[in-house]
Order: sequence, then structure tokens, then C-alpha cells
Amino acid sequence: MPQGAQALPMTSKTAENKLPVEPFGQTLAKHGLNLTRKKITTLQINVGLLCNQTCRHCHLEAGPNSEEVMSAETVDEVVTLAQRFRFEVVDITGGAPEMNPNLVDMIERLSGNTSRLMLRSNLTALANGERDYLIEVCKERRVVIVASFPSLNEAQAESQRGRGVFQESIAVLRKLNSFGYGQPDSGLELNLVSNPTGAFLPSSQDQLEKRFCQVLKNKWGIVFNNLFSFANVPLGRFRRWLEQSGNLEGYLQKLATSFNPCAIEGLMCRSLISVSWDGYVFDCDFNQAAGLYLGGKKTHISDLKKLPEPGEPIAVSHHCYTCMAGAGFT
Amino acid sequence: METYYHPQDLPKFEEIGEEAPELAEKFFDYYAAVFAEGELTEREKALIALAVAHTVQCPYCIDAYTQACLEKGSNLSEMTEAVHVATAIRGGSSLVHGVQMRNIAKKISL
Repeated sequence: MPQGAQALPMTSKTAENKLPVEPFGQTLAKHGLNLTRKKITTLQINVGLLCNQTCRHCHLEAGPNSEEVMSAETVDEVVTLAQRFRFEVVDITGGAPEMNPNLVDMIERLSGNTSRLMLRSNLTALANGERDYLIEVCKERRVVIVASFPSLNEAQAESQRGRGVFQESIAVLRKLNSFGYGQPDSGLELNLVSNPTGAFLPSSQDQLEKRFCQVLKNKWGIVFNNLFSFANVPLGRFRRWLEQSGNLEGYLQKLATSFNPCAIEGLMCRSLISVSWDGYVFDCDFNQAAGLYLGGKKTHISDLKKLPEPGEPIAVSHHCYTCMAGAGFT
Repeated sequence: METYYHPQDLPKFEEIGEEAPELAEKFFDYYAAVFAEGELTEREKALIALAVAHTVQCPYCIDAYTQACLEKGSNLSEMTEAVHVATAIRGGSSLVHGVQMRNIAKKISL
């Protein structure tokens, strides 16, 4: 069995009890809520933690030195899974998925097995024309591109994602537009994701989208379809920064006081399963980072007999406050 | 008491409504309405509030509206410009009173 999953940090009950907020499960119970499964419609695949960037808000510790990359054998198993269960949505993430040598093969084999294939990109992995062939494949297969673009301000964006990232991201967005991505009636969807550049909550999605739309168009002639704003999850590299900067307690309290019971309805973990680079199954990418396996049991996709049934419980920990803060994480 | 101001007092603001609750309710309703998006966006209103917070030199307000500005999608460059606006008006209000000084001086001088 691959070693990577064992190396993931576990969130123990004792560690959770030391935090300045009550355990997430207790807060759910206080509100009379249970976090349970709905019908599974989405397969999220983490193809590896190898990334050309070392973003400070990364919950997975992805970076250029990571050796945790999904193998061709695991890709085969993922494709078999997608063929067996015909997920409505397949969502490819990383790391920088572009750096997995099996990505093109994966896209070509998955695109016929789902009605919506999504690829998460940090944009810079598509820079300098080196992976234009990949954009061509995405265009041909009508892959939805979901791109990280935290801020319209260069200093703010680079404080999160590293020096030089902003201008490269602008250049790649323009290139994607030139391929037809984000253009009206092209059928090529380009969505942006904005995470806050620090220990604070995200803006209202609608207002932020309006502003990004105006500024990107006026300043750089860039168009896109939708913008999603998500809070940063206190795990991995981001959690370490929170600890080192003395922000952990305040941030967790901020998340907990913004707990919105109505957000439970649309939580993404209710309708997806998440597969790690080495083929193990989790409730979501964040539980993957926390080492919380689906159903509390380490299961490889090759051993997955059936998908979780509606009503089955989802593993929770303190990081789940992130997805229940404000408008929630859908 | 080491200091009059404690950051942990900020979340206690609503406790002011434990006395005179009708007045507090009116105030907080009005407050929420003022900061809701209207002709100005919530982001623009937070920047105005940040500038005013510096003018009234309220540490609670500076803390709250620094965070609000960032959460509404603003950045340090915009926020610094907003503080300069407050500074310019504040400094300008002193300087423009120099006109009074000049008027009085001229009146009583040969």
C-alpha cells in the first residue's frame, strides 16, 4: 500500500478539545443538526500534491518537492470508478493537476463518463505556453476550468500565492479567453475562486463577482463566467501560519461565531466523495488533509463496493466550521 | 485595569442593549441598514467607516473596520488611501481655520 495516506496528520479528539471553540459535532447537536449524506453526484479526484506554487493558505501542504502524485495505475482505478457510478460531476484537483503526467489521458477517459468535468487550476501551471496542448484538450472535451484568483490587488494576491503569480495569472486568463474560455456563448466555462488573503472571512460572493467582473474587464479585457468566494480552511500550511502568527484562536472563533445552520443544506461534502492521490476515499478534500477517512475506515477505491447511502454520517472536526461560516461552502 | 481598551470587549458591544433595549434595537437596526449595500457598495461604506474610525480615533472601530474592509474585498493600498483622506480633511480643517486667524489679525493690525 502507498505510504502517503499514513503520513497525513490525524485530528485527534484530544487535540480538538484543546481548541478555543467547542467541538464541531457539539455545535451541530446544539442546533439539532446532523451532517449526513445525500445522493452522491460528484467525484472529486486529488491527482497529487505536486505543485509549482507554495501557497500560504494551502490546506494540503502542496508544493514543488512533493512526491505524492497519482500513478497511472490509480488513474485506471479512478476511471473504472467513474464508469461504474456515472457521477454527474467529476472534479479534478491537486496540487497543480497540470503537473500530473497522466492528466491528459485522464481527461480524455473521464469526459465521456460525466456530464460535467471540472479542472482546478492555479493558472501559473498553464503559463508560458508550455501546456497549451492541455488547454486544447480541455477545450475539445468541454472541461470547465476553475481558476484560483484571490484578489485584484497584486500585493495581496502574491502574499498568498508567491512572487510573480499575479501577472502570470492575468496572462493565462487572457490566453484562456483567447481560446474561447469565459466568452459568452462559447460553451467553455471559466470560473474564478477567491480565497481571503489572510485570517479573515471572504466577501459576499455576489458583490465580489460584480467587482471582479468590472475591474478585470476594464483593466485587462478579461471575461469569466462565475466567481466563488471560499474561506480558508485551518489545516496544513495555512494552519501553521495561523499558529505562528498568533491568529489561530481568533480565526477559529471567527469561524465558530459565523456558524450558519442554514448552510448545512448545500454543503458539498454531502453529495461528493473525494479520492486522494493514492486512491483512498474521503468525505471531502479537507477531511483528506485532516486524515479523516470516509466512514472512519481506510478504504481504497479498488475495494469500494458501493457509494455511501443517503443518511449515512460524515466525519467532522473543527475545520468543518469553515464550510458552515456565513453563506457556507457549497 | 492596565488599559481602558481591551480587544475582547469589542464583541461585547451588543451587551449595551441589556439596558435601554428599545434604544439599542433602534440603533443596531439603523446601523445595519446604513452598512447594507445601497447606492454605495458595502466595500465602499467600509472604507468610509475606516477613515472615520481614524478621525474619531476609536480603537474598536479601527479593529472592526480594518477587518471589514479586508472581508469586503479591499486591500492595504485602498485602506491607506482612505486613512490619508481622513488625515487630509483633519489637517485641512485646522489649516482652513487659518483664514479666521488671518481675518482677526488683519482686523486688529495696522
